[in-house]
Amino acid sequence: MDWRQLWDIASAPDNVPIVGMIPLLAFFIYLAWKQARANDRLIGELETNPAMAKTHHRKTWPFRPGWQKEVHVWPFLLRIEFLAAIIVTIILMVWSITLYAPLEEPSNPNLTMNPAKAPWYFLGLQEMLVYFDPWIAGVVMPTLIIIGLMVIPYIDTNPLGGGYYTWKQRKFSIGTFLFGFIVLWVSMIIIGTFIRGPGWQWFWPGQTWDHNRLIYEVNRDLPDIFGITSNLAKGIFGAIVVGGYFAIGGFVLHALFRRYNPNDYRRMSLLQYSIMQFFLLTMVALPIKMLLRLMFHIKYVWITPWFNV
Amino acid sequence: MPEENGNGKNGNRVGLLERVKAGVKEDVHSLKTDMPAKAKEQIDLLKDPTKTQVYTSIFRHKHDDTPRNRALGVLSNVFLHLHPAKINRDAVRYSYTWGMGGITFYLFIVLTLTGVLLMFYYHPSKVQAFRDVLYLEHDVPFGKLLRNMHRWAAHLMVIAVWLHMFRVFLTGSYKKPREFNWNIGVLLLVFTLLLSFTGYLLPDDQLGFWAVTVGTNMARATPGLGHEGPFGKQLGMTPYNDVRFGLLGGSIVDANALLRSYIWHCIGIPIVASVLMIVHFWRVRKDGGISGPAPVMLASEVKEPRK
Repeated sequence: MDWRQLWDIASAPDNVPIVGMIPLLAFFIYLAWKQARANDRLIGELETNPAMAKTHHRKTWPFRPGWQKEVHVWPFLLRIEFLAAIIVTIILMVWSITLYAPLEEPSNPNLTMNPAKAPWYFLGLQEMLVYFDPWIAGVVMPTLIIIGLMVIPYIDTNPLGGGYYTWKQRKFSIGTFLFGFIVLWVSMIIIGTFIRGPGWQWFWPGQTWDHNRLIYEVNRDLPDIFGITSNLAKGIFGAIVVGGYFAIGGFVLHALFRRYNPNDYRRMSLLQYSIMQFFLLTMVALPIKMLLRLMFHIKYVWITPWFNV
Repeated sequence: MPEENGNGKNGNRVGLLERVKAGVKEDVHSLKTDMPAKAKEQIDLLKDPTKTQVYTSIFRHKHDDTPRNRALGVLSNVFLHLHPAKINRDAVRYSYTWGMGGITFYLFIVLTLTGVLLMFYYHPSKVQAFRDVLYLEHDVPFGKLLRNMHRWAAHLMVIAVWLHMFRVFLTGSYKKPREFNWNIGVLLLVFTLLLSFTGYLLPDDQLGFWAVTVGTNMARATPGLGHEGPFGKQLGMTPYNDVRFGLLGGSIVDANALLRSYIWHCIGIPIVASVLMIVHFWRVRKDGGISGPAPVMLASEVKEPRK
């Protein structure tokens, strides 16, 4: 174990936010989970006891009939905002006094940084460059992420779970979001920060960054494995595989979704349903392609003269 | 008052002098008697400055602890009037809200203030930029603190925005009637990242230069609009007319790119983001305030929407 280097990476000023974000995220997931569990327990009780459901105020926090339902913003909300501002300012002050913003040598187009890393919040996209060509990783994927986030309210037809933490009532949507945000986005940032070294090669945490390391990986394309050589056949084969992924994957998703999420399935219109299918399958395609590359050294699936996937 | 038969007589002149003397005496006397009285009055008034005209012209209402004044304290203040006068008693629970939206906005204000101060010391030119940062770090009083605060506040803001989005998702707060505001929020998230990214190049050091090089190299692979992207060549894209050229103001990351990223960072994106923020906050109120903590709903109570 190269502890020294591990420390160097973790304590690099620009990486400190990531190191700080991990426990922060863990804390907030715990906080949300705790409240979701309490709410779910309450929902369970109310469902089995209709008489209680009629009178209960339906929150996990205590409320007595004599209490006012509303409080004045001044001072009850403003004092929280004021305190939050002070606390953030103190954190920021201490952070700024103790840790200096990085400043490297003057920019020099003739001297490439190795590894040249994007700002930490874009490392997920940079990591995707390993598995996809830049037009997918750098342009199409970010666009799809933004559009995908924007369509969420219009394809989530579940009327339950608005305004409170719950898991039981929204398993599918919360599960999907956790997969996209934590498993894909955050963990790829962590990989990009802690695991990718010189030449964007994979170095396990604690493994010394060797600037001279060469890896003789023979990356193959999927058509090669099937002995397809002509360009036309490669293009057709790739289209079939990618199309097949969306067709079969869509069918599997359909079979699962209508079984395990019948209410949402019933409520969704054809447009909502197909948009959800498209985004979900595209999102799942990312880890599939990662596994294909990391385990089977497959570079491209679909090869055409104009673009490769 | 002129004498009726006065034609150069001495007596009249003496009379005028006497009258002036008497008048001055009266003035002096009034100074002696009135001024102390006025001074006392003034001091009494200053003992309660809230009664002065200056004070009442600024603050339109009293601040005693009455429901009316608590409400007016929020409603009659331009900075606070985004809030309603009263909110649900549970809505102030930060275990529910996490306060991340407010913290994001606060960090935006901190970044604006520190950013304006940084602009005093910075020239967005290849010759000056890096030296300005060195000057800032070593010679400007508190310059290093200023730059550190700007950078760390930016990183903190990215984290706060993500956590805000995370909370809004987990509480289902994007659901009807808040769909549109979620979309504004997504755009604000994108602009937050772009703000941070455009600032990355400004010190003109190796870190920023290569990060921006890597970042904008992706633009040349834009389908149809980049010279290396799918169908780019077929549509006539070259390194000198594609979308990357437009972003950088050239085919390489150089002086024009520095100027462009400076203007986007300091003027362009902040204006757009501010407009979106106004809409975002406005819509929070118009969509019924903060989403919760709402009473839980049971599956058996769902009303099927009309199709």
